[in-house]
Amino acid sequence: MAEIVLDKVTKQYPDGAVAVKDVDIEIADGEFIILVGPSGCGKSTTLNMIAGLEDITSGELRIGGERVNERAPKDRDIAMVFQSYALYPHMTVKENMAFPLRLAKVDNATVEKKVRDAAEILDLTQHLDRKPSNLSGGQRQRVAMGRAIVRSPKAFLMDEPLSNLDAKLRVQMRTSVSRLQKQLGTTTVYVTHDQTEAMTLGDRVVVMRGGAVQQVGAPQFLYDHPANLFVAGFIGSPSMNFVPAGLENGVLRSALGDVPLTDRVRGLLAGADAPREVIMGLRPEHFEDARLVEEHLRGGGVTFTSNVDVLESMGSDKFAYFSLSGEQATSQELAELAADAGSADVPGGGVSLVTRISAASTATEGEQAEIWFDADKVQLFDPDTGRNLTYSTE
Amino acid sequence: MAGVGGAETTGRKARWTVLNILVVVYALFPVLWIVSLSFKSKATLADGNFIPREWTLDNYAAIFSTTEFVRALVNSIGIALIATAIAVVFGTMAAYAIARLDFPGKRFLVGVSLLIAMFPQISLISPLFQIERSLGLFDTWPGLILPYITFALPLAIYTLSAFFREIPWELEKAAKMDGATPGQAFRRVIAPLAAPGVFTTAILVFIFCWNDFLFAISLTSTENSRTVPVALSFFTGSSQFEDPTGSIAAAAVVITIPIILFVLFFQRRIVAGLTSGAVKG
Repeated sequence: MAEIVLDKVTKQYPDGAVAVKDVDIEIADGEFIILVGPSGCGKSTTLNMIAGLEDITSGELRIGGERVNERAPKDRDIAMVFQSYALYPHMTVKENMAFPLRLAKVDNATVEKKVRDAAEILDLTQHLDRKPSNLSGGQRQRVAMGRAIVRSPKAFLMDEPLSNLDAKLRVQMRTSVSRLQKQLGTTTVYVTHDQTEAMTLGDRVVVMRGGAVQQVGAPQFLYDHPANLFVAGFIGSPSMNFVPAGLENGVLRSALGDVPLTDRVRGLLAGADAPREVIMGLRPEHFEDARLVEEHLRGGGVTFTSNVDVLESMGSDKFAYFSLSGEQATSQELAELAADAGSADVPGGGVSLVTRISAASTATEGEQAEIWFDADKVQLFDPDTGRNLTYSTE
Repeated sequence: MAGVGGAETTGRKARWTVLNILVVVYALFPVLWIVSLSFKSKATLADGNFIPREWTLDNYAAIFSTTEFVRALVNSIGIALIATAIAVVFGTMAAYAIARLDFPGKRFLVGVSLLIAMFPQISLISPLFQIERSLGLFDTWPGLILPYITFALPLAIYTLSAFFREIPWELEKAAKMDGATPGQAFRRVIAPLAAPGVFTTAILVFIFCWNDFLFAISLTSTENSRTVPVALSFFTGSSQFEDPTGSIAAAAVVITIPIILFVLFFQRRIVAGLTSGAVKG
């Protein structure tokens, strides 16, 4: 067990393309850290550099205080779980799990014991003599985990280990990965493109974009205090709503009406050198059916009326979708997010809005509804730089 | 066609069976004829019967009593095995590099090896003859092994690199992460998975060397290195008036046996789809 430090780690390919640039991350001993971002953001490259499967162009990687840049993967004492599991097809489950120990020349009795223990933890005992081809996806995934845990390495690296499983199994395995990590207390670096996995699994999350770290923090912190548009749009499902707004005399003029700046927002903006045109970000859960909002609270927010496009009832609450007239928020970062989500080509003029309202709401599809939102929860972003103008660490 | 599905399938099955039998008979008939000839006595050799009237092992006894044939058999086996072993070892290494690495001149290398494979061998015979004579390789085992390797290697590289490409690269990365040196990763993970490919290639190369007549007749002159296909062509009866057909037939049967054994032996190791289960699937 050990801490892992990435100190200005950069990866540049011979053709000049920079995959990862100046990444600084300090991973504490026993921490479960998630690298998350859209495909091509450099998260897997970063993981491969920690593993030693790719060379580090510049910067330093320290595991347990020692510089390991030049060490071969086998001398770093870390285990990796691959997206494809990469089980050895010619070996049984037992031989697969024993392989790292055999290479380390561990004596037979110890190998036997360690494999048994790992199999017990992962509930694989009855499958030990089977070949990977005869196992289900979930079982193969567990064998891959088993191969990683048998030799009690300093750290686990996991490269999208759950993305080949079907949705239900993925949720199940997510919980067991989390439990396993807590149980073993081994430093873990976990790569995923799924923000739900990032939110639920990690002690801390590193959001990456285009080879650079955007923000590092606890999942809840990233959700509440995104440093920029990209993080705001990436973390959270359904994602944050973005509405272009003009800042005039302490009032935000937008497609949702005029939003007065609350004292908190005004205070944060004061030091931020805000441009006149901004992007207003609102989480879906900060909306509510106006009829269900108590009278004395209404003043703290803004009410607007619009046609409900689609209404999805989740039982516990309802998702109401609106499309408002007016310009869509545009920025480089939002375009990237849309491209990653595959929604870039979805036609839809104007601003689309997702709101999460109480199940008690009587709003109906195709009819007008009066919706209220909390003006104090508004986050403002600079459309050019993507910076969160209302960023605070509290 | 009108009719119940089951009846139709039975009808189709029958048609295919008949067709297959016809093809097999067509292909095997000459072989069976040779086998039949080899068991006939001199008197009944030309009687035109498919099943010999008098069964005899005289022909086999005759060919094994001459050093000419036994020596050629030893040459054939030795030369083919050595050439196969060397071609497969080098082919494995080259194919692995071609499948896994990106190095300058890779396309050129592949192109050249393809060129060699397609080169008409007959046009090389005279130069090879001269070269081998001046190098002292003429009529020696290496004198045949070298050209065999040259022409078998492109074949080996092609077949093997196709097999290596099938093996997921992540397995090798996984082995490295599990603590293997590159050598260990190759020996314990990649090589076992490539085994079917290696055996397939070995069979093909062996058959190529075993069947070769052109090089063998041009680059040998004595029993020292003459292989069976060539020795066969030199068969004569004990006198020039004697018909060697029986002996030739027996020898032809004998040289077919190693090929059959070789294929049967290695075929059991060619387990299709061995890599299934390695990655998601």
